[in-house]
Amino acid sequence: MSDKDNETSRSRRAFLGGAVAAGAGALTAGAARAQSPDPLITEIQPWAQEFGDGVDAVRYGLPTEHEGDVIRRNVEWLTADTVSSINFTPIHALDGTITPQGCAFERHHSGAIDLKKDDFRLMINGLVDTPLVFSYADLERFPRENHVYFCECAANTGMEWAGAQLNGAQFTHGMIHNMEYTGVPLRTLLEEAGLDTAGDLKDKWVFVEGADASSNGRSIPMEKALDDVLVAFKANGEALRKEHGYPVRLVVPGWEGNMWVKWIRRIKVTDGPVESREETSKYTDTLADGTSRKWTWAMDAKSVVTSPSPQAPIKHGTGPLVITGLAWSGRGAITRVDVSKDGGMTWETARLAKPGEKMALTRFYLDTDWDGTEMLLQSRAMDDTGYVQPTKTQLREVRGLNSIYHNNCIQTWLVRSNGEAENVEVS
Amino acid sequence: MSKFLKSTALAVAIAMVAGPVLAEKFGLGRMALPEEIAAWDGDISPDGMGLPVGSGDALDGEEIFADKCASCHGDFAEGIDNWPKLAGGADTLNHDDPLKTVGSYWPYLTTTFDYIKRSMPYGNAGSLSDDEVYAMVAYILYSNDLVEDDFVLSNETFLDVEMPNANGFIIDDRAETEYPVWTGEPCMQNCKDDVVVTMRALVLDVTPTQENAAKTPEAAEVEAEVVEAEAEVAETTAINAELAAAGKKVFKKCKACHQVGEGAKNRTGPILTNIVDGAAGAVEGFKYSKPMKKVAEAGLVWNDAELSAFLAKPKAYMKGTKMSFAGLKKEADQRALIEYLRSFDE
Repeated sequence: MSDKDNETSRSRRAFLGGAVAAGAGALTAGAARAQSPDPLITEIQPWAQEFGDGVDAVRYGLPTEHEGDVIRRNVEWLTADTVSSINFTPIHALDGTITPQGCAFERHHSGAIDLKKDDFRLMINGLVDTPLVFSYADLERFPRENHVYFCECAANTGMEWAGAQLNGAQFTHGMIHNMEYTGVPLRTLLEEAGLDTAGDLKDKWVFVEGADASSNGRSIPMEKALDDVLVAFKANGEALRKEHGYPVRLVVPGWEGNMWVKWIRRIKVTDGPVESREETSKYTDTLADGTSRKWTWAMDAKSVVTSPSPQAPIKHGTGPLVITGLAWSGRGAITRVDVSKDGGMTWETARLAKPGEKMALTRFYLDTDWDGTEMLLQSRAMDDTGYVQPTKTQLREVRGLNSIYHNNCIQTWLVRSNGEAENVEVS
Repeated sequence: MSKFLKSTALAVAIAMVAGPVLAEKFGLGRMALPEEIAAWDGDISPDGMGLPVGSGDALDGEEIFADKCASCHGDFAEGIDNWPKLAGGADTLNHDDPLKTVGSYWPYLTTTFDYIKRSMPYGNAGSLSDDEVYAMVAYILYSNDLVEDDFVLSNETFLDVEMPNANGFIIDDRAETEYPVWTGEPCMQNCKDDVVVTMRALVLDVTPTQENAAKTPEAAEVEAEVVEAEAEVAETTAINAELAAAGKKVFKKCKACHQVGEGAKNRTGPILTNIVDGAAGAVEGFKYSKPMKKVAEAGLVWNDAELSAFLAKPKAYMKGTKMSFAGLKKEADQRALIEYLRSFDE
């Protein structure tokens, strides 16, 4: 296709886009009628005439360039340097529940390291019968499992404690991803090393650390370690990406992302928590009176409308509108999501795309007819413990403004009659 | 732990562990050798378990701190830019914007030793001796007015130090204070009389703009470009590759504040691309110190001699420079670093 052709088809498309939008606005019942024949239909287009790319044009594909804005984004002023920072999943532009690895948020404490499978070693030591070292190949010989789990940073929505701050679902709620993991239960590896030496397991812990310079050590109670923690080496069917801990990471279902140690290199059975930097000076939640909660591991039920939202405004005018979003709970499965269009005065129950699964993202839809009036959009999740996602006011009443972590409040988007949306707080 | 045991579900999990799940072993992996365990088993618990034999005082610590830590954490542990403040903040935890430091917040001193030993200095983790770590912990305590300057911290005195916020933590109590309250059938109709917008994100205007995003199809190519750039460097005959490689290691000391090459940005220090034989104080968008601006106006060029002199003792070479770095004493290090930086000249 020549440059000239390219130019022509672009302007045709631009023209047509305008016409369709105008038509949709004018007619609310029945299909809109085109004013003139659509050249995209009546004229033979180059893509319908010439060849596309052959196989192998791209040996491992990235999304088409037309989706170039669906990417992780960083908020530079949040941290001192990108090697100890976080970016955000573009949840406003995704649908379904599985997060592709390539746009799933990253959090590093001293950068994403390059670690080959051949250089990978996993040590299990401490109160075990036989301290062991596993190679990557060893891990692949244990029976393995597949599970879909969300991973949410405890600081997700943390910038919103004091008020509406960042204008987009990606920035307010994008420290989350949801993948299908393949791995070996941590229980299997601990039993391979033998737990007789540890004696009574009720008061025992494991300390886990990564191979990177930060090592990001965390203590996990033995109950959790033996329950559902996975030593994972695949995500969404393929090897973990470097930034997600290649070749092996820990998966700690329902619990804060900081515990999901990447590039894992050591698991030590201990008789108490190590109280490392990441579980004392960070990832503890300071209350209004100055005392701080520690060991706040579980991520409580939470939801957010991903579209419409500030980065995903309504562009089609009045009429049929799909309101959609995500809900999750670290303490069980989502059973119900309610949506309010009036800032919480009235609620309607949304449709779950699939029944909620434990500690995994659930997609919800509210298929509605928009008359163009301003909306204060909210969503409210419930999980199978009966817990109802609280408002920001309810959270503040218990915790004050300085908790930083674990902000699972109901989010409000102000959607104006022109379809644009803004992050707001309401009474 | 006690809160955990109240859960019957978990009690069942424990019961299962004691039951048939304890299957026969697979015989995979190999026994870890004592030397291997010693190399990695460095965690230190609040009761002092894991502390190595050693000692150091605040005076020694101050010197090491100025050399290896102050470029990010400040000469007095007060923190530079967004890097963590390590001192101050006493009695601020119930204020609007609490200042959480080792002195004001950290409940256990062992955490400080554990973290410094495993992860600091940033970009050169694990390079400190045990005595150096003791000295630095002593200096951080001194910066927080918790010990005198002649205090000798050792594995024997370690647990004598009282941390001001040791009793400032409670175990997660959401199961008592929140879950029972936020449970049950929620309101669906007439839940409020009225709703008013009380705050808007646009007023703050701190969200990154979409403009960056529009450029991003290129981002995918960046990695390829970096690889290409590295290949080009290797081909340039003017560069002594061996010396530059040694300089790359020396650059670790600079990395916390400076970036160089493809995609480099100004951080605490300016971008160093084109610094060798380049004009002083010339990086766009970086706020230089007054003396640096002065020499820039006078036309200083960073040739090998000037750079070596600056790198040897920054504060002696230029009084008032913002570069909070003790200097590269070894001439070999200076030469290697300059060669490494030269490889980024375009």
